[in-house]
Amino acid sequence: MDLSFGPEYERFRAEVRDFIESHRHLAPNTMALRHKSVLDWQRLLIDKGYAARTIPREYGGAGLPTDILKSFIIGEEFAAARVRAGIGGQGIHMLVPTLLELGSEEQKRQFIPPTLAGEMIWCQGYSEPGAGSDLASLRTSAVLDGDEWVVNGQKIWTSTAHLADWIFCLVRTEPEAPKHRGISFMLFDMKTPGIEVRPLVDMTMERNFNEVFFTDVRVPKAQIVGARGEGWMVANTILKNERDTLADPNQAQARLNSLVELMRSETIDGVRVIDKPEFRDRLMRLQGRALANRFNDLRNLSNRLGGRADGALAQMIVKLQGTELRHDIEGLAIDVMGETGLAYGSNPYLRDKGSWQYQYMYYLGLIIGGGTSQIQKNIISERGLGMPREPRPHPA
Amino acid sequence: MEFGLSEEQRLLQASLSGYLNEHASLDRVRRFADNTTDKANKTEARARDIEQGLAELGVPALMIDEAHGGVGLGTLDACVVAEALGYSVTPAPFVANAVIAPLALRLAGSEAQRREWLPKLASGELVIGAALAESAGARVGAGVTASRGKLTGKSLFVLDFEADVYLVGDVAGGLTLVSKDASGLTRRRLETVDRTRPIGELVFDKTNAEPLPGASRTIVRTLLDHGRVMLAADTLGAAQAMLDKAVAYAKEREQFGRAIASFQAVKHMCAEMAAQLEPTRAFAWYAAHALDETSQDAHLTACHLKAHVSEVGGFVAKTATEVHGGMGFTDLLGLHYWFKRIGFNRQMLGSPERLREEAARQFQ
Repeated sequence: MDLSFGPEYERFRAEVRDFIESHRHLAPNTMALRHKSVLDWQRLLIDKGYAARTIPREYGGAGLPTDILKSFIIGEEFAAARVRAGIGGQGIHMLVPTLLELGSEEQKRQFIPPTLAGEMIWCQGYSEPGAGSDLASLRTSAVLDGDEWVVNGQKIWTSTAHLADWIFCLVRTEPEAPKHRGISFMLFDMKTPGIEVRPLVDMTMERNFNEVFFTDVRVPKAQIVGARGEGWMVANTILKNERDTLADPNQAQARLNSLVELMRSETIDGVRVIDKPEFRDRLMRLQGRALANRFNDLRNLSNRLGGRADGALAQMIVKLQGTELRHDIEGLAIDVMGETGLAYGSNPYLRDKGSWQYQYMYYLGLIIGGGTSQIQKNIISERGLGMPREPRPHPA
Repeated sequence: MEFGLSEEQRLLQASLSGYLNEHASLDRVRRFADNTTDKANKTEARARDIEQGLAELGVPALMIDEAHGGVGLGTLDACVVAEALGYSVTPAPFVANAVIAPLALRLAGSEAQRREWLPKLASGELVIGAALAESAGARVGAGVTASRGKLTGKSLFVLDFEADVYLVGDVAGGLTLVSKDASGLTRRRLETVDRTRPIGELVFDKTNAEPLPGASRTIVRTLLDHGRVMLAADTLGAAQAMLDKAVAYAKEREQFGRAIASFQAVKHMCAEMAAQLEPTRAFAWYAAHALDETSQDAHLTACHLKAHVSEVGGFVAKTATEVHGGMGFTDLLGLHYWFKRIGFNRQMLGSPERLREEAARQFQ
């Protein structure tokens, strides 16, 4: 056990910390896409190597060598300072790594630089009304007609589709092949004729999701990533990454710190909530769980550094444990506020911009999205514990 | 940066597990357990064969420095051992004898005391029990006062009770050593649900005791924290064993024409156990490491670890028993030895509520 990062990394940590302190006034206070302050901040972070760190310069990244510890330190410091660490979203988290690994040179040059800069916004067209947990049964079809694919079908849960410039999409191109082998990973412009986007308001009452309908959408033949029919493999290259970004223990720790502040300022009959044993006990339960996740994360980090394989199970449980913990942290904050915890929208008694109620619901969405907790448990029991799959029902 | 066990620690774990698999089987544990409850028979509740085997592997010498006949390893190494002992519900002294007592002598003993006691502890020639339950919270009016080298009062739930000497914590934060044969000392074994670990009470009536000159409340707290991390690691091992047994049983047991391990209801019970249990491993490593390094957060982490692992352990104990169906409830299968060991660890040296209360003092 050696938890020292060593002088080189401690210097780097100090550097990151200094940067955040001296530049935090420039950090955008809006999440708005394409907002100038957001794009400027992203540019600055890439220049410093704090965002798009390992992506080559010719594709608009910082072009620095892979260094798991430095990336880890950046994540830790930005979360601790509660300053936004650059732009997220499915384009940057999912499409860019996919293109880097499996895209053609032309695709990389065309799509990665504007995506990293925050100028090209993507949405992800995976789920369909009939293909949720069983994603590979998706039915949106693409049929080759001359030099173009003709796409027909429907996607659902499509975040930011109403704001996106482009979509990366799973479509069935080989209807005769077994279900996992007939899918292709396709990219196309959301302005193409035949696309209709309808809002799907979620329980937070925000328009995070959409339904997207395709009617004879014509897509140039070359706009496929990887080989035709291998889209399932292409998508799975990065699905695992998505799961883990949903459950960052640094964010949970930052949120727990905010919860402590809330418990210090909220009072019931003049007594601070933090001084009430029943609330303290709940807080301590959550702190215990957060510590477990945090040290598990350090173990996973160390396994990645050492290329060790003994931590497969420790990695598999991250999404399940992390999203459930966040939901419970947000839920305690609402109980801490009692009746004021119900405040939402324009209510003048709103605390912390209503983030507790919002995140409480949002994290329920994340428990379901990106592979539900039940699907996570299937993965843990089958791949982690070696238990057999549920047998398929016999055809009637 | 290396967050995990070293090669040496993995080897220690493997050799210990290998030994325990062979020599501390469930049959052996049963024979031990039956002995401890035989009230008519005054046989001592010690598995001398296992104690000797562990001594040969260097377990009681682990935390004693080489100058005093020990191996000179640390709390993280002891944590690895505790996990293995819990996995096999090993009926042998450890928490008091191999961790708390050597540490007390190191931190609070005189050099003469270290020279006298540590080599005997290291060789396994001598067992020291720990009467510290009252230092973590007195029950039923127990408590020991020290006056002019003599102890009066009573200490309950003494860890590693079948000992030659006891380390006793008094109400003023002092620590003393008392021989089992000291005049004015009455010992009584107390039956508990966990028959793998003998527990008892000590009643002192102006009993001669040898003070450790450097004792303080801070040192007593450090001893308790070490005990807590060891008990937590023991629970981690015992819970891992229960999960492993549940998965193995589910793969074997058939109902409705297929292994019950293929039913999602059963798979999800096992997945939930694994999801809660696996992160406690890294947590335990860190808590032990923090004690080794005397980090500022060592006390907080020890309290949190034991509270959290006790909750997870309780969940695993219940759920793994359920996966075994009716068989899980029987003595025949013996799963209850693990269930009860986890229950024992939960209450000793601070229950979860008590430890979370202590952890919450960070906000004062």
